[in-house]
Amino acid sequence: MSDTEIKKSEDALELVAFCVGDQEYCVNIMSVREIRGWTKETSLPLTPPFVRGVINLRGSVVPVVDLASRLGLETTEPSARHVIIIMQIGEQAVGLVVDAVSDILTILTEKIQPTPDVSSDAARDFVQGVLAMEERMINLLDLSTVLPAVSAEGIAA
Amino acid sequence: MDSMADIKQTFFQECDDLLGELESGLLDMESGEGDSETVAAIFRAVHSIKGGAGAFGLDKLVAFAHIFETTLDEVRADRLEATPDVLSVLLRSSDVLADLVGAAQKDEELGEERTAGLVGELSAFVGASADASEEPAAVGEDIAFAPLGMDFDLDDAIGDLDGPEDTQCYTIKFRPQPELYANGNETVLLMRNLADLGEMQVACDESKIPTLDELDPEGAYLAWTITMHTSHSESELLEVFEFVEGDCELEISLDEAPSDTTESDLVDNEATPTGEEVATTDVEGASASAEDEVANKDNVVQLAEQKDKQKPAAAAKASTEKDTSDATIRVNLGRIDRLVNLVGELVINQAMLTQGVIDAGLERGDSVESGLEELKQLTREIQESVMAIRAQPVKALFQRMSRIVREAARATKKSVHLVMEGEMTEVDKTVVERLADPLTHMIRNAVDHGLETAEERIANGKPAEGTVSLTAAHRSGRVVIEVSDDGAGINRERVKKIALEKGLISPDEQLSDSEVDNLLFMPGFSTVDKVSNLSGRGVGMDVVKRAIQAVGGKISISSKPGKGSTFSISLPLTLAILDGMVVEVADQTLVVPLTAIVETLKPTPSDIHELGAGAKVISIRGEFIPVIDAGRSMGYRNEPVDPLHGVVLSVETEDGARAAVIVDTIQDQRQVVIKSLEENFGHVASVAAATILGDGRIALILDVDSIIAREGSARLFHETNLAATG
Repeated sequence: MSDTEIKKSEDALELVAFCVGDQEYCVNIMSVREIRGWTKETSLPLTPPFVRGVINLRGSVVPVVDLASRLGLETTEPSARHVIIIMQIGEQAVGLVVDAVSDILTILTEKIQPTPDVSSDAARDFVQGVLAMEERMINLLDLSTVLPAVSAEGIAA
Repeated sequence: MDSMADIKQTFFQECDDLLGELESGLLDMESGEGDSETVAAIFRAVHSIKGGAGAFGLDKLVAFAHIFETTLDEVRADRLEATPDVLSVLLRSSDVLADLVGAAQKDEELGEERTAGLVGELSAFVGASADASEEPAAVGEDIAFAPLGMDFDLDDAIGDLDGPEDTQCYTIKFRPQPELYANGNETVLLMRNLADLGEMQVACDESKIPTLDELDPEGAYLAWTITMHTSHSESELLEVFEFVEGDCELEISLDEAPSDTTESDLVDNEATPTGEEVATTDVEGASASAEDEVANKDNVVQLAEQKDKQKPAAAAKASTEKDTSDATIRVNLGRIDRLVNLVGELVINQAMLTQGVIDAGLERGDSVESGLEELKQLTREIQESVMAIRAQPVKALFQRMSRIVREAARATKKSVHLVMEGEMTEVDKTVVERLADPLTHMIRNAVDHGLETAEERIANGKPAEGTVSLTAAHRSGRVVIEVSDDGAGINRERVKKIALEKGLISPDEQLSDSEVDNLLFMPGFSTVDKVSNLSGRGVGMDVVKRAIQAVGGKISISSKPGKGSTFSISLPLTLAILDGMVVEVADQTLVVPLTAIVETLKPTPSDIHELGAGAKVISIRGEFIPVIDAGRSMGYRNEPVDPLHGVVLSVETEDGARAAVIVDTIQDQRQVVIKSLEENFGHVASVAAATILGDGRIALILDVDSIIAREGSARLFHETNLAATG
C-alpha cells in the first residue's frame, strides 16, 4: 500500500516520533499543539521531580514534564537543542521535554503491536503499543497515563 | 421549544432591568426627585413586564402587574397623590412584583398571601381616586390580561389644553410588508387588538394586488386605512403595532384636534423628508425635530407622539438624547473575559517588547523607542477600557439593599431610613455579584443589631427613625463601601463577655477597643441572645469577612458608643489584576499579595528568638510571630537562611493568623495579571496562582494562608500569642 493509500484509509494514524535518550517514542499528531525550542521554566515547589516547572505559552501557564525522568530514564539536563512538545490532553495543555523530534509517520492502526511483556514499570504504564519502522522500534506513548498522573500528584503534593 | 425558552430567558433579563428602573424611579419619587417623566418611566416598566408576562401566559404576574399598573396610572394622571403612604405601598408592590417574576422564572408559585394584601391596598387607592374622577367605571377589579380599564385619556391627564374632549378620531394607515408575515405576525390579530381600544371603521386597499402571474404567494399586497374613535392616546395605539414596527408602513394621524392647530401642521410636515425646516424655536417645532430623529432611525414609521408635543421641548429632547447615550447591547460574559485575557497578554507582550528594545541597545530618541512609548499608552488605554466593560455601577446592588432595609425594618418593627451615596461607583461585575450576600447580611445586622428600638432612640435624644447609610467611593485604586448606622454602637462589654463565654479570649487578656470590635469577625461569634429570624441564622460576621476576602477585599469596623457603627469594605477594582510585592527567594521570583502584607521590616539580632528545636520567632512590638523561611518552605533550598540577611514580610492570613515570611530581597511593587495554574496543571501547595513578568517569565503568586498552615504555625501562633498576652 502506498503512502497516499494509507492516508486515505480510515484506520490511518499520523504520528509524531521523537527521541528520549536513545529510545524513540511517538504520539498521535492530533494531540500535538506545537513544538518549540526549550526555554527555562519557572520551577514549581513541592511537585514530583519530573515536573520541571511552568512556562509562558502566549499567556497560558503550561506545565513542563521531563519525559525521560517520567519514564524512569536519566533526568534530562535541557539545553537550547532540546525541544518542548506541547500536548493537548483533554482540557489541559502540557509540555514534554524531549531530545529531538525525529519523524512524522503515517501508519495503519493494525501495524501497532501490543507492548511486549517486559519487567519495566514505565513500559507497562506508559507504552500503549510498539511499532516496527525499518530497523527501529517506536513506542506509542499513552498520554492518558503520563499526564493525569502529574496533575493528581500535583494536587496531592 | 428551545427558542421559546430563549425568548423567555430574554424576557426575564429584561424584567431585571425593568424592575431596577421601577425601583430606582420609586426611590427617586420617595426622595422627592421624581417628576412626571419618572412616573411615566415607572408606569412603562410595569406595563412592559405585564405585556411580556401576558405573552408567556404568566397569569398571576399579569394579574398583579395589572393592578399595580392601574394604580400607577392614577398617579400618572395626578388623580392619586404620591404621598409617603402611597409610595410605601408602591415600593412593597415592586418587591412583590420582583418576587413574582423570580417565582415565574423558577416555575414556582408564589403564595396568595404575598399578593392578596397588597392587591387590596392598591385597589383601595384606585377605588378612592376613581370615585373622585369623572369616569368611575374606568378601573375595575378586572384582572384579566387585556388592555382594559385604561380609559383615562392621557391627554386629559397631562394638560387641560384640550378641554374635556374624551374621544378623538385617528386615521391609521397600515401597510404590512412581507417581513411582517414572515416573522409570524398576523394582521387580523393586530386589528382585533386595535378594536379593543375603540370604535373603528376599516377600509381595505386592494389596489396593489398584482395579476395572478406576478403574485408572490408570500408577498404582502393589502393595506388598510382605519378610522377610529378612541379615548386612548396615540402612543397607546402605537403600542398595538409595537412588535411589527419595522415590518410595516404605519402612519397614525389625528383628524380633529381641537385647539391644537400645530397638530395638522405637523402631520403635513411628515410628508417632507427632513423635519429640520420646521424645527423652529417654539415648543412644538423642537419636539418635532426630536421626533424626526426617531423617525429617521426607521424611515417607515412616522411618529408623532401627542404626549411629547404638549411637554416642554427640553423634556422631549432629553428623552431622545437618553435613548442614544444609554443604548446598550447584551454580550456573553465569556467573550468579554476572553477580551480581558487577550488584553492581559498584550500588556505582557508590550512589556517584553520594551525590554527587548532596551536589551538591543538602541540609541536614545530612536523612532522605535517613541513608537513603543505610544504603544504603551495605547495598551494602557485599551486595558482600562476593557476593564471598564466589566465594571458595573454598584447601583443595582444598592437598590437591592433598599429592599432589604424595608423588609428588615418591617420585621423588627423599627423605622429606618436608608441613605445611599456613590451608587454610580463602578466595580468589576464578579465583585458586585459576590458582594450581594455579605452586604445583605451587614445591612440586616445594621437594622437588627445596630439600631435601637424607637423608644430607646427617643430616650437617648435621637430621632425615632434610624438611619442606615450605604456609601461607595473610589479611594486610591480601590473601592470602599461603607455600611453605617446611627445606632448605639458596639457594646464592647457584652462582646467581651460573649467572647469569654465562647472561649475565644482568655479572662486576663487586655484588648484594645478595636481588638474587641474585631472579635465580631471571629468564627462562631454571635452577640444576639435570642436568635432572631432576621439576621441570627447561625452565620456570623466571620462568614461576611470570608466572603469579602474571597474577592480580595478587606473589612474593618469602627464604632462609637451611642453614635453608631461603621463597617467599611475595601475592594480591588478587578479580580483579574492583583496588587503584589515582587520578591526574590533563592533566585526565584515570587509575588506576595499586598492585601496579606501588614508591614515589611529589616530585623535586628535582638528581634529574633529561638523557640524549641530550630523554630524561630520574631518579636514585633512585643508580639512574638513565627518566622517562615519562604525558600525552605517552597523547597527552593534546604539550608535555612539567616533572617538577618533577608527582609521580613509581616503577613496576616484571612483568619487573622500572623507570620513573618523571610525573603531575600524586595524587587518591586506592582499590579500583576493573575493566571491560573489549575487550568493546565492543578493546585500546587503554597501557590495561589501565577503571573507573567515583563521579561515573559512566569512568577508564582504566594498563597500566604497555605504557607502558614503548612508550617503548622497556625497552632504555634495561638500558643505564642496566648503566652505573650497571658
